[in-house]
Amino acid sequence: MKRIRIVMSFILVMVMLFTFTACAKPGPAGGEITLNALFMKQAGYSEDEVTAMTDEFMAANSNIKINLTFVAYEELEPKILASAESGGYDVVLGDCIWPPAFAEAKLVLDVTDKVEKLDLDDIYEGALDSCKYEGKYYGLPWLNDVQYLFYNEAMLEQVGISKPPASWSEMFEFAQKIKDAGIVEYPVVSSWAQAECMITAFTVIAGVHGGAFVDASNNPTINSAENLTALEFWVESLNNGLINPTSIEMIEDDVLNTFCAGNAAFAVNWTYMNSVMNDPEQSAVAGQCKIAIIPGEGDIVSATVNGGMPLMITTGCKHPDEAWEYMLYLSSKDVQAKYCANALPIWKSLYTDSRVIETAGADLVEASGTQFQYIENRPMVPYYSELSTFMQAELQRALLGNVSAKDALDNMQQKALDLAAK
Amino acid sequence: MKRRREEQRYAWTLISPAMVVVFGVIIAPLFATLVYSLVHSDLMSSQYGEFAGLHFYLSALSSREFWADLWRTLDFTVVSIVLEITFGLLIALLLNERFPGVRFLRSIIIIPWALPTVVSGSLWKLIFHGEYGVLNEILLRLKLIPNFRSWLGNPVTAMRTIIIADVWKMAPLSVIFFLAALQSSNKDIHEAAMVDGANVFQRFFKLTLPDLMPTIIIVAVMRTVDKFKSFDLFYLMTRGGPSNATRTLMYDAYLKAFKHLNFSQAATYSYLIALFVALMTLAYVKMMRRGRETI
Repeated sequence: MKRIRIVMSFILVMVMLFTFTACAKPGPAGGEITLNALFMKQAGYSEDEVTAMTDEFMAANSNIKINLTFVAYEELEPKILASAESGGYDVVLGDCIWPPAFAEAKLVLDVTDKVEKLDLDDIYEGALDSCKYEGKYYGLPWLNDVQYLFYNEAMLEQVGISKPPASWSEMFEFAQKIKDAGIVEYPVVSSWAQAECMITAFTVIAGVHGGAFVDASNNPTINSAENLTALEFWVESLNNGLINPTSIEMIEDDVLNTFCAGNAAFAVNWTYMNSVMNDPEQSAVAGQCKIAIIPGEGDIVSATVNGGMPLMITTGCKHPDEAWEYMLYLSSKDVQAKYCANALPIWKSLYTDSRVIETAGADLVEASGTQFQYIENRPMVPYYSELSTFMQAELQRALLGNVSAKDALDNMQQKALDLAAK
Repeated sequence: MKRRREEQRYAWTLISPAMVVVFGVIIAPLFATLVYSLVHSDLMSSQYGEFAGLHFYLSALSSREFWADLWRTLDFTVVSIVLEITFGLLIALLLNERFPGVRFLRSIIIIPWALPTVVSGSLWKLIFHGEYGVLNEILLRLKLIPNFRSWLGNPVTAMRTIIIADVWKMAPLSVIFFLAALQSSNKDIHEAAMVDGANVFQRFFKLTLPDLMPTIIIVAVMRTVDKFKSFDLFYLMTRGGPSNATRTLMYDAYLKAFKHLNFSQAATYSYLIALFVALMTLAYVKMMRRGRETI
């Protein structure tokens, strides 16, 4: 019996030793710093591009090793939240709507002193706005993205139209002709799923009608007359059979798939759609599609939504200087000029660079030069996420006819006021 | 006495590593969650860290959102469980018979349950997709619908689609439980009943069902706990939409924690979910005891 106990105790100690050893992280090899970076899988730069940029950085900085993680957009925020303070990730890709909340919750570092050393005049304002909160910078602009209008030129030509629409009213006139000609049943497709894409879509429509969600002092203006006109316009468009009713469950990828399958003539989406829609391996309508600025309405020339995504350093990062060096490299002019097929540079001077025009395409570069002048930001307030969750559901209720447009906007306005008062 | 104390000490030594794990992974997080629900834990709140008492519980219980979420959770739970038990029982009765291929069927019935929820959720989302889903194509060709329908984009059908996906995945588990109970039941009584002239329905309602009642209750209890905690399918298929038609308590807790950065509300919801599950479990157990007393 005593012998059995000794053997059991020995086995127990060995198992515990093995377990603790296996759980321990290996320390860095002499002088090497390891950074963990979190990026997004869909839209913007592809995984291959980010991996290539990172490999180039590591080749030039042999003492820094970077571990990359790619997740779906919806996973970014939870992962940042869960790991920011512990430093599970050092460099993270954020969304332009997160800096206020992340700053208030002290999840990311204030890097104002570093950003202000850059040539800010050469960076698009929309890109800078993506990481700014109350005059301070909480990240480095990196992914410069807005939405554009994508249209099937061949479908328009079939009904005798040779140019993209100059207004949303004109777009629906074109759509009616395409529908009447039997070319496609629902000429317009949008991303109206109960997700952030609903808010980006409404930001565009509101902007097109001169509306905004907050004023210059960040006071809520959701139930303004302009926003009411915009939402009623939306609801009417859905009811007149020109917008695909399945838009209510679609996110951006679904819009891309529907358009590339030849089941829509018009779609509003992010930059990444430009390279896919004319790729014969991914699109049934390759060679038929064009990009244009989102049309306006009335006196408004155009409006688009800021989808810029900055790189941020978490508060738990043990090597912020090295993290900054990595971020600077990814945002540098040479890197952004080289990898611009799916995301345009933040630097204004690169838009006349032949590398950018050749890689991104002259159409996209030309459209962006104009589109960047009409960027609308979603509210840069700490309570934005909670407001967005509420607005997504209310906007869907309005689109489904469960509540009037006016009541939906009034409900959203009240929610915003309640959150602002907290 | 001394030897017994020594043996007890030795036993504690052996199980102490497991207890450390249980404490670290289960007890400590449970306690921490309780603390979050009693203390202001909104990362952006100026009152962060201050004691709040039952403020968040009272706030949740007096909020229309909470009761709407609870109603949707109950809707999902009750309908799913009824369908799961019904189909599980019918399939188990079939697999309890002897016919060619029954062994093969018994081995493949578990496949839906074995699939990761991410896979089955994505699969069903594609099937129900309003633009390119195969369900629409089949129904259109059978002329049962005039054009494609947005099953996931309709507040009425969205929850039903999730229920279908959940029942498809989890009914096999019920089948396993019921089949095991049927296989271990006393077949002599059934044979005697057949000899006495009882038909299949009489045998089912008078003999089989009462025999299976304890198993049904156990399956119902287990599945109720799982349904209340269900998150994956809602996240994959509808994200709580359209217009919150599929937003359950668990999904709302997720939003409060990871979107709104409000750990207090999320922790409160979690404990309220646990409370509701405990109450329902108590009700089931009482039903089972009453059933036994009747027998």
